[in-house]
Amino acid sequence: MRTFRIGGVHPEENKLSAGKPIRAAELPKQAVFPLSQHIGAPAVPVVRRGDTVKVGTKIAEAGGFVSASVFSSVSGKVNKIDSVVDASGYRKPAIFIDVEGDEWEEGIDRSDTLVSECTLSPEEIIRKVKEAGVVGMGGACFPTYVKLTPPPGTRAECVIINGVECEPYLTADHRLMLEKTDEILVGVTLLMRAVKVDKAYIGIENNKPDAIRKMAERAAAYPGVEVVPLKVKYPQGGEKQLIDAVIRRQVPDPPALPVHVGAVVQNVGTAFAVYEAVQKNKPLIERVVTVTGKSLADPSNFRVRLGTPMSQLIDAAGGLPEDTGKVIGGGPMMGKALATVEVPVCKGSSGVLVMNGKEARRSAPQPCIHCAKCVSVCAMGLEPYLLATCSAHGDWERVEREHIMSCIECGSCQFTCPSHRPMLDYIRLGKNKVGGIIRARNAKK
Amino acid sequence: MANKLIVSLSPHVHGGDSVQKNMYGVLVALVPALLVSFYMFGLGAVAVTLTSVAACVFFEWSITKYILRRERSTIMDGSAAVTGVLLAFNLPSNLPLWIIVIGALVSVGIAKMTFGGLGCNPFNPALAGRIFLLISFPVQMTSWPVPGQLASYTDAETAATPLALMKQAIHGDTGALDRLPGSLDLFLGNNPGCIGEISALALLLGLAYMLWKKIITWHIPVSILATVFVFTGLMHLSDPTVYASPLAHLFTGGLMLGAIFMATDYVTSPMTHKGMVIYGVAIGFLTVVIRVFGSYPEGMSFAIFIMNAFTPLINTYCKPKRFGEVVKK
Repeated sequence: MRTFRIGGVHPEENKLSAGKPIRAAELPKQAVFPLSQHIGAPAVPVVRRGDTVKVGTKIAEAGGFVSASVFSSVSGKVNKIDSVVDASGYRKPAIFIDVEGDEWEEGIDRSDTLVSECTLSPEEIIRKVKEAGVVGMGGACFPTYVKLTPPPGTRAECVIINGVECEPYLTADHRLMLEKTDEILVGVTLLMRAVKVDKAYIGIENNKPDAIRKMAERAAAYPGVEVVPLKVKYPQGGEKQLIDAVIRRQVPDPPALPVHVGAVVQNVGTAFAVYEAVQKNKPLIERVVTVTGKSLADPSNFRVRLGTPMSQLIDAAGGLPEDTGKVIGGGPMMGKALATVEVPVCKGSSGVLVMNGKEARRSAPQPCIHCAKCVSVCAMGLEPYLLATCSAHGDWERVEREHIMSCIECGSCQFTCPSHRPMLDYIRLGKNKVGGIIRARNAKK
Repeated sequence: MANKLIVSLSPHVHGGDSVQKNMYGVLVALVPALLVSFYMFGLGAVAVTLTSVAACVFFEWSITKYILRRERSTIMDGSAAVTGVLLAFNLPSNLPLWIIVIGALVSVGIAKMTFGGLGCNPFNPALAGRIFLLISFPVQMTSWPVPGQLASYTDAETAATPLALMKQAIHGDTGALDRLPGSLDLFLGNNPGCIGEISALALLLGLAYMLWKKIITWHIPVSILATVFVFTGLMHLSDPTVYASPLAHLFTGGLMLGAIFMATDYVTSPMTHKGMVIYGVAIGFLTVVIRVFGSYPEGMSFAIFIMNAFTPLINTYCKPKRFGEVVKK
C-alpha cells in the first residue's frame, strides 16, 4: 500500500466520533466573521453597522489577488465592526451580526438534490469558486481559485484530493465522504475541468475502510477519478507528503509549487464546497466541525454556520468538563490551543478537541541523548535536534543553511522525542527569525 | 470562565517514549548475556556486575548531588545502570573489586559527569573505563578465567582467549588456530573472555529485542559485523593457516558486545543512517586492523573509541536526504 517515503509517525488515532453522523448545529445568537479567515490580504467590509443581511449576503470583499470574500452565514443586523480573538490567538478585525430568523439570499439552491450536470467553461468555474469565497478547508485556508490558476509556464497533470485526515481525533472529512459522496465526486470533476486535466486521485488512509469502499464504489461512475487507499502514517495529509504518496513525486523547496510536479491538491471538504458554490450557487457559509475529546460526553460531527462560537458546539457535545486543561482548535498534532472557547468557527476550523488537565500537561524536558529518532521521523528529511539547538542559541545563519524553512511544523520530532524536548517551539522561533531575515534581504535587493 | 486553559504550541500529544524506557530496554536486552555470564563464571560474574553497577550509580548520584549540586537526581533514568552493566561486561570475572571501582569512577566520574552528564559525553563512558583499566592494569585485565568454575572468584584458573590464539597464529605459531574452540562453542559462549562478550547467541538475542522495540536501528551493528566478516574473510582466503576464519572473528572477543551495545550508544554515535553506516564500517575496519596488525589481541574498544571522536565530524558532513532534493521527472 502506498505512503510517503521519508519519515512519519503513527500517533494513537482516537477517532471517537467516526460513527457519528453529521448533525446540524443550532443557529447562534450572534455570529462573528473575522475578515482574515484565509492566507493572504484581509477582506474589506462592504456592510456597515445597522445593515440588514441575509444568509449568503457578501459582507466583505476579497482584499487582493490572494484573498477571499466573506459571506454572512446568518440573517440579521450588523451589530458592529470590531475585533475578535480567533483560533490563531491573535486579535483580528471582524464583523458581528445579531441573528434574526433564517432568511436566505435568492438564487441559492438549498435542496439536497444532486446536480451533476455542468456545462460551464473552466474560467467560469474558477470565477464562481472565487465569487463564493472558497478556501482550502483542510486548515491552511489558501484561496482555492488561486490554486486553480497555475502560474504561467506550468501545466497541471492531475488533481489529488486529500481525504487522508491524518490528524488523530478528527472525523469531519471522514463523515463528509460517507454522507456527501456524490457531491464530493461532482466537485472533483469540476476541479478537474477547471485545471483541464482528465485524471484525479482521491487519497484516503486505510483506517477509513468504509469511506474507501463507498468512494471507490461511486467513483466508478465518474471517468478518470480513482480512489487510492494509503497506509496510515502521519503527516500524510501534508500536501507534499500526499503528492509523494499518491504519484511518487517530490515537490522541491519553494518557490516550487505542487503544480511544478503536475499536481493540484484539494481537500475533500474543499471539493464539496466547490460543488456547492458552482452547482448550488451557495457561497462558503457552513462547514463540518468535529467536536471531540476523551472527556466529552458526546463527541460529535456538526454542520456549523461559520461565525458560531466554539463554546456553543462544546455545549452541544455535552459541555466543557470540570477537569478541562486545554481546548484545541484543530487536531492534537498541528492544532492551536485556544485561550478562550469564545472564538468563532472559521473557514479552516476542522475540529475542536477538549483535553483534560492530565492529557494537556507536557512532561519536563530532559537533555538530548542524540538517539536520532527525530531525524528518522522528520517527514522533510531535516535534523530537528540540530535546528532546535541552533535556534535556541540564536545561530540564524546556521539554521537557514540547515534548511529550517523547509520544516512543515508537523510535530513528528517532538512527538517522538524520548527526552520530551520542545523542539518545534524552538524551530518555530528559528523559522520566524529566518523568515524576517530573508524578507529583509529580498527588500534590499 | 472559571478555570483557565493551558495554551502551548503543537504538538499537544506525545508518543510516550522516554529516556527511561530506552535505558531499561537496553538493560532487558542485556539480560540473556548476563545469564550466560552467571552460568559460565558463577560467583565472579555476579560480584563484578554488582560492584560495577553499584559503583556507577553511586558515583552518578554523589557527583550530581555534591559536586554539580543539581536538585534532581538522574540515577533513575537508568543510564548509570546501563554503564555499570556494560563496564562489567567488558571486564574479566576475576578482577579485584577495587579495580572495578576505579573503572566505575573513570566511566561515570570522568567520561560522563565531567562533560555535563547524560547526553553530553563525547566518548562512551563504559569504554572509557575499560580502556583506562586495560592500560593501567594490563596484567589483571588480561587474565581470563576458564568457564565453569562457578564458586571461584579471583582464585580462578585462567587460560588464553581465542583472540590470543589468533594473534599467536599471526606471529608464526602455526598450530595455534587448531587449538581454537569450535565455532559452536564460540557462538554459545563456552570460552574464556570478558564477562559479557563470550556468548554471541545471547548478544544477538539482545540485538533482536532492541530492534523489535525500536531502541536502535540495524545500521551500526550490521555494518560493523558485515565489514569484519568481509575483511577477515578475504584474509582467511589468502592464508587459512595464519588468518582465522571470519566466523571465529565474529564470535570472539568483544566484537558482538561492541557492535550491538557499545557502538550503538546514542550519545556517541552519528545521527543519520548514512553516518551510522560510515561509522560502523570504519569501526569494523579498525577492529580488524588492530586485531591482525596491532600489538593488542583485541581492537574493538579502541576502534569504537577512535570513531567516537569522529562522530561530530560525521554529523557535520552526513546529512539526511531531504524531501524533494532529487526531483523525479
